[in-house]
Amino acid sequence: MSLTSTFMGDPVKGRFGEFGGLFVPEPIVPACVELERAFTEAWADPEFRRELDGYLKHYVGRPSPVTECRRLSEELGVRVLAKREDLNHTGSHKINNVLGQALLAKRMGKTRVIAETGAGQHGVATATACALFGLECVVYMGEVDVERQQLNVFRMELLGAEVRPVSSGSRTLKDAVNDALRDWVASVDTTYYCMGSVLGPHPYPWMVRELQRVIGDESLAQCRELLDGADPTHVVACVGGGSNAAGIFAGFADTDAALIGVEAAGGAAIGAGRVGVVHGAKSMLLQDGAGQVLEAYSISAGLDYPGIGPEHSHLADLGRATYPSVTDDEVIVAVRELSRLEGLIPALESAHAFAYLFREAGRGIPLGSTVLVNLSGRGDKDMHQVITLLNGKGGKA
Amino acid sequence: MTTTAYLTALETHLRGTDRKLLVPYVTGGVSDDWIDYVHAAVDAGADAVEIGIPFSDPVIDGPVIQAASVRSLDRGTTPESVLRDLAAYRRDVPLIAMTYYNLVLQHGQREFARDLVASGVNGAILPDLPLEESASWEADAAAHGVATVLIAAPSTPDDRLAALCSRSTGFVYGMGVMGVTGERAAPTDSARDMARRLKAVTDKPVLIGVGVSTKENAEKVAGVADGVIIGAPVMRRVAEAGGAAGVAELIAGFRAALDRAGG
Ligand SMILES: Cc1ncc(COP(=O)(O)O)c(C=O)c1O
Repeated sequence: MSLTSTFMGDPVKGRFGEFGGLFVPEPIVPACVELERAFTEAWADPEFRRELDGYLKHYVGRPSPVTECRRLSEELGVRVLAKREDLNHTGSHKINNVLGQALLAKRMGKTRVIAETGAGQHGVATATACALFGLECVVYMGEVDVERQQLNVFRMELLGAEVRPVSSGSRTLKDAVNDALRDWVASVDTTYYCMGSVLGPHPYPWMVRELQRVIGDESLAQCRELLDGADPTHVVACVGGGSNAAGIFAGFADTDAALIGVEAAGGAAIGAGRVGVVHGAKSMLLQDGAGQVLEAYSISAGLDYPGIGPEHSHLADLGRATYPSVTDDEVIVAVRELSRLEGLIPALESAHAFAYLFREAGRGIPLGSTVLVNLSGRGDKDMHQVITLLNGKGGKA
Repeated sequence: MTTTAYLTALETHLRGTDRKLLVPYVTGGVSDDWIDYVHAAVDAGADAVEIGIPFSDPVIDGPVIQAASVRSLDRGTTPESVLRDLAAYRRDVPLIAMTYYNLVLQHGQREFARDLVASGVNGAILPDLPLEESASWEADAAAHGVATVLIAAPSTPDDRLAALCSRSTGFVYGMGVMGVTGERAAPTDSARDMARRLKAVTDKPVLIGVGVSTKENAEKVAGVADGVIIGAPVMRRVAEAGGAAGVAELIAGFRAALDRAGG
């Protein structure tokens, strides 16, 4: 089953089954329509693709390798491969999406770029691309996240971006999206909204997945080379909005691999939510009985989001992917184990995928399986928080 | 779908009013005595009142109405409680609910339309439900006689504007500026342009909201439009503890300005 065909097969634009859509205020509807047209054209334009591929190769450092995790494999009894998005310039998969959108912004004649950020990785990637292309950049970030990701705030400012702390609501990613949308309603003439995940109104969930599918396309070929033409039995990725997961899943949608998106226990939109509408799309959503959106709670700023990209809700509905969750405690253990066994210090977000593997190897994931895990980002940004957490547990790193 | 084949009670009422239309907005549940604000507005010359049902993530609202929503939600307000409170409403002018689609979806579209009517509400404005997404709600609303007021923006292209006007029922809501709700040092050109473009393609009542901040620009806008919607100024007065008397004074000022603009 192809992700593309489930998207394109639907008569109503931008729907993944019942999910997705264009639930935005009228002032930005024409901009979404225009964006869909512009991206469709650019994506079909070999010149645009060549330019983007050039930046991905010479600026980001793609292709990112797939690393055999030998000691971890021995420990767990399953063969573990890690897709190394942590090695990308700026330290995560976010840059893949941002470079595509920044090139598109230029192509559309926009001079100002806005973005929301949680962990700050998308904000840093956006600030980086704007520096590279000479675009003005404003990043909305919840006050709670500004506090726990100060290093990234400083990086964004050094890169010439303005970081606007958001004090409304839960003061995290959800509220940063609200303020970015409010900015866009007033500035849509000159401003490009660079959405950081497979969230938001059509065409974002589709466009961001297409820009992230490079992870999956590369991985498929790399795995086949490592595995003598075979595919992994499981593909595991963490899910905030779901862009690194959508990107890696896209490469394996037509294989027999089990696709597993790992949510944070405190932000399990599919695990604990109901169908709802927020931020432009219908999808699974943490909400109270009346439909007020609930705040998510996670140690990982990048997964601290009550919703999930609409395509994931659809894949869950179809049974093509599953969406278990892991707790903060399991995540901290995974950070320590992966660091010690493989010399890989993962971002707290990415550690969710490994935490699931640690828990389920020999259970949900049978011994002898071959598991591809998306190491979506490196852990440097989280060191301050991890030190506090490990010390708080009375343990030392 | 032929939601335009008949006039909703809301549109009949507005068409039968021979003065410029004044529609203030009040956030439901913002205080114990919020219904008093509604009555004060009506007594001071409102022709209909927009009732906000607060939502956790109001993306079209600026700081003043966001703060009112938070205050209301913190008091435990729900869609049910707002509609329940409306039992105390005198029902002298029509009410229009303004809320976000997720609350309608969770309540159930049909049930929401039914409960609006039972509470004396004649129309609904759902700003995150544009033409692309609103057909099914429009049908359920129409089945209960609830008007679906659609929003036009300065960025709406002409062909879309015509489609939007033909589907909007009750009246057409034109945004005076590109931006979220809130007061601003408002140049009225954009609001008058919006009104002019709408009047050229529809004979439904055209009301301009968002960015109509002062009596002066209300008067100028109403020179072209059939009336104005006043939100943030009302809720700022409420936030400043102006109470029902403050609302009455504010609305009376806007009433006089609109009456100067002509009937
Ligand atoms: C390293 C890393 N992985 C994952 C995520 C979550 O985003 P998504 O679910 O869109 O991949 C983030 C978000 O900040 C991140 O920084």
